[in-house]
Amino acid sequence: MTKTKSVKEPILHLVKRSSLPGWKAWIIRALAILGGFIFICIICCAELKTSPFLIIKYMFQGAFMTKTNTNVFFRDVAILLMIALAVTPAFKMKFWNIGAEGQVLISAWACTACMFYLGGKVSNDTLIFIMLLMSLLAGIVWAVIPAIFKAIWNTNETLFTLMMNYIALQVTLYFIKVWVPTGTGSLSPLPYGNLPQIAGGDYLLSIIVSIIFTIAVFGYLKFSKHGYEISVVGESVNTARYIGISVKKVIIRTLVLSGAICGVVGFLLAGGINHMVSDTTVGGRGFTAVLVSWLAQFNPLAMVFTSGIVVFLSNGTTKVMENYGIPNAFLAEVLTGIMFLIIIGCEFFVRYRVIFNKNIFSKKQKATVSCDSNSLHEQVTVSVDEATRSDSSNEDLLDKTESVLTDDDSTLVKSDISDVKANEEVK
Amino acid sequence: MQNAIELKNISKFFGDVIANKNVNLDVKKGEILSILGENGSGKTTLMNMIAGIYYPDEGEILIDGLPVTIRSPKDAFAHRIGMIHQHFKLVDVFSAADNIILGEEFQGFDIKEEKSKLCEKFAKENSEFENYKPEDHPGILSYLSAPKFHSEKEIKRAVSVLPLVKISKRLQFNWLSRNRAQTIQKIAYKYGFDIDLKKKIYDMSVSEKQTVEIIKVLYRNADILILDEPTAVLTPQEIKKLFDVLRRMREDGKSIIIITHKLNEVMEISDRVAVMRKGEHIATVNTAETCEQELTEMMVGKKIELNINRTVPQNSEDRLVVEHICATNHDGVKILDDVSFEARSGEILGIAGIAGSGQRELLEAIAGLQKLNGGDIWYYDPSKNNEKVDLRSKTPMQIRNLGVRLSFVPEDRLGMGLVGNMDLIDNMMLRSYKNIKKLDDEDTVTQNNSDIINVAKDEQIDNTECNVKAEQSEEVKNNSNAFVAFMKKSGKAVANVAVKAWSAVFLDRKSPKTLAETIVKDLEVVTPSTRTPVRRLSGGNVQKVLVGREIAAAPTVLMAAYPVRGLDINSSYTIYNLLNAQKEKGVAVIYVGEDLDVLIDLCDRIMVICGGKITGIVDGRAAQKEQIGLMMMGRLSQSEGNDSVKPINGDEQGEVEREDI
Repeated sequence: MTKTKSVKEPILHLVKRSSLPGWKAWIIRALAILGGFIFICIICCAELKTSPFLIIKYMFQGAFMTKTNTNVFFRDVAILLMIALAVTPAFKMKFWNIGAEGQVLISAWACTACMFYLGGKVSNDTLIFIMLLMSLLAGIVWAVIPAIFKAIWNTNETLFTLMMNYIALQVTLYFIKVWVPTGTGSLSPLPYGNLPQIAGGDYLLSIIVSIIFTIAVFGYLKFSKHGYEISVVGESVNTARYIGISVKKVIIRTLVLSGAICGVVGFLLAGGINHMVSDTTVGGRGFTAVLVSWLAQFNPLAMVFTSGIVVFLSNGTTKVMENYGIPNAFLAEVLTGIMFLIIIGCEFFVRYRVIFNKNIFSKKQKATVSCDSNSLHEQVTVSVDEATRSDSSNEDLLDKTESVLTDDDSTLVKSDISDVKANEEVK
Repeated sequence: MQNAIELKNISKFFGDVIANKNVNLDVKKGEILSILGENGSGKTTLMNMIAGIYYPDEGEILIDGLPVTIRSPKDAFAHRIGMIHQHFKLVDVFSAADNIILGEEFQGFDIKEEKSKLCEKFAKENSEFENYKPEDHPGILSYLSAPKFHSEKEIKRAVSVLPLVKISKRLQFNWLSRNRAQTIQKIAYKYGFDIDLKKKIYDMSVSEKQTVEIIKVLYRNADILILDEPTAVLTPQEIKKLFDVLRRMREDGKSIIIITHKLNEVMEISDRVAVMRKGEHIATVNTAETCEQELTEMMVGKKIELNINRTVPQNSEDRLVVEHICATNHDGVKILDDVSFEARSGEILGIAGIAGSGQRELLEAIAGLQKLNGGDIWYYDPSKNNEKVDLRSKTPMQIRNLGVRLSFVPEDRLGMGLVGNMDLIDNMMLRSYKNIKKLDDEDTVTQNNSDIINVAKDEQIDNTECNVKAEQSEEVKNNSNAFVAFMKKSGKAVANVAVKAWSAVFLDRKSPKTLAETIVKDLEVVTPSTRTPVRRLSGGNVQKVLVGREIAAAPTVLMAAYPVRGLDINSSYTIYNLLNAQKEKGVAVIYVGEDLDVLIDLCDRIMVICGGKITGIVDGRAAQKEQIGLMMMGRLSQSEGNDSVKPINGDEQGEVEREDI
């Protein structure tokens, strides 16, 4: 091959940040959220042909217009927050439990079963006590089964917990059939074992419980020995073994905790809010909670805000759709999805800096690349070892970022890339 | 001689960190240049820029006098530059030949280009045809050489076939022909490599893997070879072989750059030496005109005394006895085979062996991390009158609860010994966080321990102790008010219970913080604060933190696996001194090392392990490097004696093998 004489330089560098002050990271995230809102408004305007301010107004109306709306908003936030708190200890341990949906549902089912079979036969207080006990038990069992398999046979917990969701769903559906022989397929609210109402509504109880749990989980993860063990196991199983932590024990113990919190949520949902169980009792919140937990970087206090944003978005966009008479909620879900994608995608910019090569623009031949002096960073080279990726072309930048990023262990990577792609499409 | 490669004012920054600053360097054709420098002096970064892994921020690279841009390893190969990395990049389940041809580029077949070429050719022939006059070319057979006319249709057909031609070329390329294996074999013969091309990588020793890497680079016609610390993992005999190969390459006109920090190798192999320090190029000198002392001074920037002060072991007694232990890995392969030895107090026992010969498993077996198939491990507890304690098949926690003070500095610092994402304090806590939980037991245990130590002391200073006891009893009498005493006692008990309950659940970050601060101060750890994640510290500082923590546990047995790997000279000697200090305190130190010179200088006894078997234990003061090297390869057992082995022996062996191919 002939030697090139012209000096070509890469147009942009991707540089990994090794540290970023917390406030800067939050500014990036706040900007992403803002950008996401603007983007959503643009889509809505294009689709519905109205002013963006009207859409923002409707979104706020959807969340806070009436007193009931506001109460529902806070109750939903509380429930979502609780589920997110349930999955967080496991996530901190890098145990990807995506079975919160099933764990909550099965405990709601257990709770309803108690109401159905024991309702009227024992006193209300006893019933509530039994309900709580059975919900906890059901949630724990559902969470611990995958944990035991993981601990002993190292099975894949993600698939396992996902499958457990479907089992929980089918169990619930079957029992609804048994309980409602008429074939309507839905259970009517049961009059027994209803939780006491605080201040005349079913809202306050969930909110109070969620506040207690947020503080408790925060303390547990940050200050307790168990929390420390969880983070050691999450960071490095080898280190845990080395200092004599029994990894199996920690996995099972943490999942018991996870399941127990899910049990409480199921108890609140079945006993306090719905007074029955149906296949939509949890309504996908078990999965949304995963997102809430990730967005907050597993920090229970930050989860209060992230769950708030998530609930606000879904309630708000539903209201917008209602107002414009769009019958199904698909567009609302699409909008929510886009928002999440942007929020998750901004983590790319939290982790990497993109430096444009100024020389390309000033067309100077001599290379003088200035470097940011604020942060220490490692260079993530745009080029990766020849042998491992001989097939990618030099010009394809996205390809490069992908191959660089695969070195990173993050599961966010894919969304990072798709976000970059999405952004480009937008442009 | 012409310069094969020339670097002009190359700089590279990683944020605030200057990795390279205004480096000027040239490599001539047909020479071996050593790049000498401590860890973190920017050697590897510089080479990575030549190999296309990094892109220089400033400066230019000239190859054969022409400025070039190297943006990727692919570009580097196009300029005939090949780098052999310290950590091999091979596919384990492929054979040597497969690995060598892996990533070979299909020489592009651009359809557009080919099309225009084809059109030009046809047009040329057509014009020739027009100009052709048969009467100018007499002879019967002249029609054979006469130009032919190509119709439009014909041209179209030829063009439309081009994609198929491309596919067939690709197929031809992708077909792994015999021919390629022959090419590889030819290269191997030419430079005297000893290699079985069909052998799978996972069956290979480190030196064989390295051979594959070198051939891979040569196969792609590299004229400039960069070797990043090639000798770090080899035995003395293998190093000799490698050097022979390198010399043959030099004779062939290739330029070779070797990164290293071993001075004796620099002196042996290179024509010139470039010394780097803190990212800057200090000087390039001819090897013949310099000496090791001068190079060290240039490398470190000041005069340093590099001596390991080895004392004669005092009051040595067996502390840890390992008898006939065996272990297998996941695949059922034996990794420890009938290993027996004893570690004595006040002595450093070195373990030498080729990387992956079972050293790690051996230490992990002692630490309770490796399952054993047979054998025994006994610990003689000095605090309990050398009572025999069985350590076999115990978990690390059980071992600690037995009161065995066993410290272990594992090979994988950030993956096992420390948690990279946690700060210094949290890492200190790894060892201590649980202790408080067992405050009740620990209290009694430590009391017992201290009692025993006291008793041991008592025997020596009986009289003074009696006096102290008398004073204590007087104090007790002074507090004669029984009720107050009872109230105090019960209050204390309640408080104690509360404290214990609290500390059973919650973490105590105070004492780890003090410990972290002490270690930072005593061992001169360079860190912004004790709240910095350890992964951001440099290798030497990470190791100081780890060793510091392990020593702070006041061990009676200290195991260290490759504790100086990747450290600069000063840090290395800090670690050696720490180990020596522990030895003088009466700790039984087990040191797994890779640098034989250091092992011979530091250890009292050196145990050589090969393929999970002990090939012998030699006296560190009388050991010879070549002898240990042969034992590492299992070619010599201890019984064959010290005297039969001379350097020349290994040399002959190498020669014979080469002829065998």
